[in-house]
Amino acid sequence: MQTANKFSVSRYAPERGAMAKLTSRDSVLRRLDWPILLSALALSLLGTLLVWSATRNRTQLNQGDPYYFLVRHAMNTGIGLVLMIGTIWLGHRTLRGAVPVLYGISLVLIIAVLTPLGATINGAHAWIVIGGGFSLQPSEFVKITIILVMAMLLAARVDAGDIAHPDHRTVVKALLLAAAPMGIIMLMPDLGSVMVMVVIVLGVLLASGASNRWVFGLLGSGVAGAVLVWQLGILDEYQINRFAAFANPELDPAGVGYNTNQARIAIGSGGLTGSGLFKGSQTTGQFVPEQQTDFVFTVAGEELGFIGAGLILVLLGVILWRACVIARETTELYGTIVCAGIIAWFAFQSFENIGMTLGIMPVAGLPLPFVSYGGSSMFAVWVAIGLLQSIKVQRPMSA
Amino acid sequence: MTNTPETGRTSRVQIRLVIVQVLICSMLATLGGRLWYIQIRNGDEYSYEARHNHVQRVVQPAVRGPILDARGVALADNETRLVVSASRTALMKMKDKGKGVLTRLADVLDMTPKEVMEKVRICDSETPAPCWNGSPYQPIPVTSEATTQQALQIRERPEEFPGITAEPTAVRRYPAPGGARTAQVLGYLSPVTDEEIQKAKNTDSPHLRSDQVGRSGIERTYDRELRGKAAVTSYEVDNLGRVMGQTRSDPGVPGSTLVTSIDARVQAVAEFELQQAMKTVRQETDKITGRKYEADAGAVVVMESKTGRIVAMASQPDYDPNAWVGGISAKDYARLTSKNSNYPLLNRAIQGQAPAGSIFKVVSASAAVRAGYPFDSRYNCSSSYSLGGRSFANFESKGHGPITLGEALKFSCNTVFYALGHKEWQRDGGLTPKKDAHDWFYRTAREFGLGSETGVDLPNEVTGRIPDRQWKKSFWKANKDAWCKQGKKGGTYVEQIAYESCLEGNQLKAFDSINFAIGQGDVLVTPIQMATAYAAISNGGTLYNPTVGKAVISPDGKRTDVIQPTPHGRLPVDAETLKDLDKGLRMVVEPGGTAAWRFGGWPQDKIPMRAKTGTAQVYGKQTTSWLATYTDDFTIVMTISQGGTGSGASGPAVRNIYNAMYGLDMEGGFDPARALLPKPQTKLPAVRPDGTIEAPEVKPYVPPSPEDLAPPALAGPPAPPPSWQD
Repeated sequence: MQTANKFSVSRYAPERGAMAKLTSRDSVLRRLDWPILLSALALSLLGTLLVWSATRNRTQLNQGDPYYFLVRHAMNTGIGLVLMIGTIWLGHRTLRGAVPVLYGISLVLIIAVLTPLGATINGAHAWIVIGGGFSLQPSEFVKITIILVMAMLLAARVDAGDIAHPDHRTVVKALLLAAAPMGIIMLMPDLGSVMVMVVIVLGVLLASGASNRWVFGLLGSGVAGAVLVWQLGILDEYQINRFAAFANPELDPAGVGYNTNQARIAIGSGGLTGSGLFKGSQTTGQFVPEQQTDFVFTVAGEELGFIGAGLILVLLGVILWRACVIARETTELYGTIVCAGIIAWFAFQSFENIGMTLGIMPVAGLPLPFVSYGGSSMFAVWVAIGLLQSIKVQRPMSA
Repeated sequence: MTNTPETGRTSRVQIRLVIVQVLICSMLATLGGRLWYIQIRNGDEYSYEARHNHVQRVVQPAVRGPILDARGVALADNETRLVVSASRTALMKMKDKGKGVLTRLADVLDMTPKEVMEKVRICDSETPAPCWNGSPYQPIPVTSEATTQQALQIRERPEEFPGITAEPTAVRRYPAPGGARTAQVLGYLSPVTDEEIQKAKNTDSPHLRSDQVGRSGIERTYDRELRGKAAVTSYEVDNLGRVMGQTRSDPGVPGSTLVTSIDARVQAVAEFELQQAMKTVRQETDKITGRKYEADAGAVVVMESKTGRIVAMASQPDYDPNAWVGGISAKDYARLTSKNSNYPLLNRAIQGQAPAGSIFKVVSASAAVRAGYPFDSRYNCSSSYSLGGRSFANFESKGHGPITLGEALKFSCNTVFYALGHKEWQRDGGLTPKKDAHDWFYRTAREFGLGSETGVDLPNEVTGRIPDRQWKKSFWKANKDAWCKQGKKGGTYVEQIAYESCLEGNQLKAFDSINFAIGQGDVLVTPIQMATAYAAISNGGTLYNPTVGKAVISPDGKRTDVIQPTPHGRLPVDAETLKDLDKGLRMVVEPGGTAAWRFGGWPQDKIPMRAKTGTAQVYGKQTTSWLATYTDDFTIVMTISQGGTGSGASGPAVRNIYNAMYGLDMEGGFDPARALLPKPQTKLPAVRPDGTIEAPEVKPYVPPSPEDLAPPALAGPPAPPPSWQD
């Protein structure tokens, strides 16, 4: 697709005005991946409505202002858009040079969470309170830095044309670099985020062309670890029940089982067209806990029905599909790996989040990208969109 | 560009990316499929659950309908009281299981902490009463007699009394108008049990957790009519139970009013006179046992002869039905269910059974006529009747020579009936009964309604017993092992009887038959059965189901459903015989009759009185007094267990009841102003336009003074010959 006869190399083009740059045939705007951008925007706007519906009546959360979460979610989306533009403007290649710095900063941030600067919100000690009512969840940004740092390492020699696939040494180095922040996050404990990161690492390894042994080794050790935890009885029975409650809510009817049960009732009662925005009895009655964040999908299910909830799946599908196309079409392995990491991240988080509300996945506190309320998550996913766009837009480095 | 080596995409990576893409597609398909399954396929199920999720039902129990007497006087109604209740679920959540709260509560209510805790504990097999046998999820009443002061103390300090409520509540009240407790007839209420809720769940009259249910008496029989329907308001609530809106409201219906045929005034008289008769007879010495009469129990039934409606029904010992209101106390409960107090909860008019004694002779006389013995033929009333070497004496061993069956009733001659019973037994084949044996005496007894329920509208009526051949056999089968074990030839009396019963207790003997002919032996009857039978003699032969309930009036007063008298059979004798019986019974109160000495001065020409006395022997006990009487309109049957003779113990009481009803004094003087009920009450109480019912005032019964009761000097027969007291 990227062939010489389609557009000229801009480096050799004469200087043009800013407007001309934006409107010309080979402008950044024209080369952007619009399906991804529009889908992400649509999800964010839909999220704004759903978060609003879920929080209108939750006076203890919205401090008496029914528009509190509406405004904030819209603001977060706006900031996310700005971050995306910034990322495109800088370009993923520029960022490639800054990866060590970014990696260092994120390490500092997550260590800071473990210090008295950190705060516990919703049972997870994963936050830094900035002040002024704002707080930051560094693990969201760590997802990006893990992708970038691994991509940098694994792609370096391959992109330089030295070797066809990353060698074992490089893979080990990359894994160690990823493991360090994951270990710290595990201490918080924020197991949900660690799960996402494990899947990201898997996606990154797959795309890097690392030997099959690494891929299957990682998968195998994951399974072995789970079996070991189970067999050694490290978990209490209630923890196992909580885990299994997604399939059988009776195991933990007052705890997680309650959530999944109410979530399923909410979605199920939506039917084909839903009860209409603000009209869902499960939502207005606040029967589903955490409905503006982890269980936001239930609002869509109840109030917008199969059509609305299906639309969310379709929009997520468009983003993931386009991301796959970008991953395949970029000429650098670095870009491919970054894309793959983002795909793994978005895909797993969406599947886990929606799957748990539908009762086919265990409950874990993961936000639905773009839709769930939460600044850090919103910023991170928009930066990721920025990275995808940047990979799509920028031509490969000449050799 | 084309010369740029495409280092980023080896075939390995390319293949893997395709695999990832396929994985993502299948993942999304999985989510989509599951979404379809939940929302479209099972959507209805979840919508149903969602609807139930957010609906909270608030139940306002219906006010129970009042029970009125025939003129509209309330026998049972409701009053508003301050009820203090404890929520067990709230108490159980506390660290000390609510102990602290209950102790503080006891202090406010002037009760001991133990009393309060006993009230709120849940009944189970190991918990003695008092305990709460209703639902544990329902607030449990601690007292229904809280003062305003106490209620305020509780309501003003909710933080000290979590889970405790003090609210004005409609509670049942039994006002006992004019002293008429009507205890066993009214019955009582107690909280509904979980089992009953389950059972009535899918009927058109489901129970609510807060329901009180009629447990006995007419409270039980007419529970459905009286209970009404609770108002249920459904509110839409959020997850914390905060109300967001009202979805549906079911207005509920107060309970209907039950008008009974009871006349509170007559009931008061009956209750008083029964009790008085028992008190009096306890002062007298039984000549047979040499002890004072026990008079441990008694019953009286006043019935409208032409309808079977019950005007009064009293049973002794009795109790105050208000003891049940607001949960019964330990002391009261023990008293009501103990042997010492002789089980006052029993309604002996329908649940007390005893040998009938001579009031049974109307049955025997009818049986004789059916067997072909003319009523007016002469039968020898000898002083004794001998059978198999044993001599069965007439009462006080007095003979009257050849007399008619009517006179046999008048004198209550045993030997006439002995002989008839014996002859019939022989005709039926004696010890080796014929296949087509008539069994006239037994059959007639059954057809008089004895040995089966009368169908009275009160629960747990007993059947009594007619000891025919069939019964003999089954009774022997059930008991022979015990008899054979106990029996001993030539042993004590009891051992000898057991020995004989073991050998041939399955046979209906001549002895059984002659005993049966005078209502003795194994025969058992209830007062309500005898009242029904005597009423039938008076009304031309119709056996009516006795009824207490007369009409059900809807709460708005617009609809009245009269409970019509229903017959369940006819006496097995022709009109001629009925007239003969009636004549014979009339002679009983006339000079020479066994009850004559109790009816001196009775205006027999104006209000013809018929009566039959009975003195039934019960093994190991003093005799049971029976008196069955009727006028043209009313039938009164009274019995006193261990009370002596029929006319002696029950005579004055029955006479006083009639006097009060007809407004008579002992001389037969008639005062219409004092007559309580000279004719049956046919009209129902008047309903005012607002649905309430007019109720006349009831003055307490003033019993006649001893001077009033002095036997009239001239009128009536001479002083009572003791030998005719039977």
